[in-house]
Amino acid sequence: MSGIWVWLEQFQGQVPSVSWEALGVARRLAEAMAGPVTAVLLGHGVAARAEEAIAMGADMVRVAEHPDLADFRLEPYLAVLAPMVAEAQPQAVLLGGTARGRELVGGLAAELGTAALMDVIEVSVEDGRIMAVRPIYEGKLFARVTVERGPALLAIRGRAFPKPEPDPSRRGEVIAVPVDLEASGFPTEVLEWIPEAAGEIPLNEARIVVGGGRGVGGPEGFEPLRELARALGAALGATRAVVDAGWIPYKYQVGQTGKTISPDLYIACGISGAIQHLSGLRGVKVIVAINKDPEAPIFKVARYGVVDDLFKIVPALTAELRRRGLAKV
Amino acid sequence: MNIVVLVKQTPDTAANLTVDASGRVSWGDAPLIVNPWDEFAIEESLRLKEKFGGKVAAITMGPESAKEALKQAVAMGCDEAILLHDPAFEGSDAVVTATILAAAVRKLGAVDLVFMGKESVDGNSAQVPPALARRLGWPLLAYVGKIREVDPAGRSIVVERILEEGRQVVRAPLPAVLSAMQMNEPRYPSFMGIRKAARMAIPIWTAADLGLAPDQVGAAASAARWPAIFAPPKPEVRCEFIQGESPEEIARILVDRLLAEKVL
Repeated sequence: MSGIWVWLEQFQGQVPSVSWEALGVARRLAEAMAGPVTAVLLGHGVAARAEEAIAMGADMVRVAEHPDLADFRLEPYLAVLAPMVAEAQPQAVLLGGTARGRELVGGLAAELGTAALMDVIEVSVEDGRIMAVRPIYEGKLFARVTVERGPALLAIRGRAFPKPEPDPSRRGEVIAVPVDLEASGFPTEVLEWIPEAAGEIPLNEARIVVGGGRGVGGPEGFEPLRELARALGAALGATRAVVDAGWIPYKYQVGQTGKTISPDLYIACGISGAIQHLSGLRGVKVIVAINKDPEAPIFKVARYGVVDDLFKIVPALTAELRRRGLAKV
Repeated sequence: MNIVVLVKQTPDTAANLTVDASGRVSWGDAPLIVNPWDEFAIEESLRLKEKFGGKVAAITMGPESAKEALKQAVAMGCDEAILLHDPAFEGSDAVVTATILAAAVRKLGAVDLVFMGKESVDGNSAQVPPALARRLGWPLLAYVGKIREVDPAGRSIVVERILEEGRQVVRAPLPAVLSAMQMNEPRYPSFMGIRKAARMAIPIWTAADLGLAPDQVGAAASAARWPAIFAPPKPEVRCEFIQGESPEEIARILVDRLLAEKVL
């Protein structure tokens, strides 16, 4: 067994940030274990990403292209990737812990008879073995985890590791992998794609998130938050209560049955701070809470608090950022 | 439509968790609940049954006390409940758990759908749905936000899967494995349901019942190892309340602080 592999997820030819973060981790592991880093790209018309992968730290890129790989589907992706991994027997396969990544790594673990280490936030090599740390119980506890046999599979939590800086002078090898897929061999069929995040910063990749709770008062109450988010280049988030109330779509929900986010800065506006919402905030560096109620539990986890009307403070904050030339728009 | 809904008993998400030196996790007096993600799967399964007929069987793997989770599923409207319990199952990782669950689904026979939450709120790994789909050899429809149509006669299903950039609309043949996002408002147990659950004898299936050898289950069969569980470092956060004469002044001070924190 030698080397570290990374599956680079792509959607319509774009590689998400967390895949590059996984490649950065792979580079570190490969240096500790003295082996090469191999990136794997699956898709249709994605070969252009291979050079980028080399600049980002890969020594070798295996590109598997086929019309059946254009849209992510677990079955054909596994049919291509599992035999490749089984044959090459790398020490570890890393990927970003996105929806697709979590499916693929679970399927790989089952096919290869190994185990996947999920939501990895720290990684080290001890006595030649890869050890990882991951949050469990919604981040209330941490676990040290490892894999007893077979390639270790690691799904990296977004924003837990730095994205590598591209180095255009790096050289590497690109290998086209022949793909032999029977089109009818896979049961699922993608009928349609409904874009929901066009032009928005994805919550899981955002450096800053502006969140709204019941205190925004209604659907139109999100307008000043949207304005602030635009000024900051931030993503918009919300509590379950306001999603259930129909004020904002589910895709913005942060917390227990919504998304988990790890931005540097979270600005919580009119959010009381229920445990179900707080469990979606993992590894947030600084929380700012703006709430009329000085007893709101959110102030117990906030670094900075403003006890005031969010409809006064939020627009003032947007204006202040613009005045100082700190605003993106 | 014959549906199997997989549930997991977890500590309440509001519970205060502690862990001892041996890595045993305790939650004090906090109640055990049905994994909140699984409740969406139970609700959706019941709606499918109400529309197309058939029955819903709830299955869990766990200790005897996990029967309580099954009783809640029955009280909500599930028709049957089965506990998978064997001391040999202890220490099973996600892939081995999937192996055990797959054996139980096969033993049940004619099953059109296996439904569960997208992950559990204790393990947070989201690995059972894909591993189970592979063990059964059925298509996986994970992260389902909506069921668009079901054709029991034509044996197919169309769902919307919630991915980072949007919704992928997928058709798959039945039987299939589905995992649920927050896709409905789960019902409360009914009075009749609670009575039915209280009286129901819940069968226990062991490794032998499932045709699994001792070395196919439990820690010995599992590749994952958990050498330590510990409380994460808790940085002491003290909230600094920003005050000022006007919103503008508060905004000015706040921006100064955030610049100093290097988070802007």
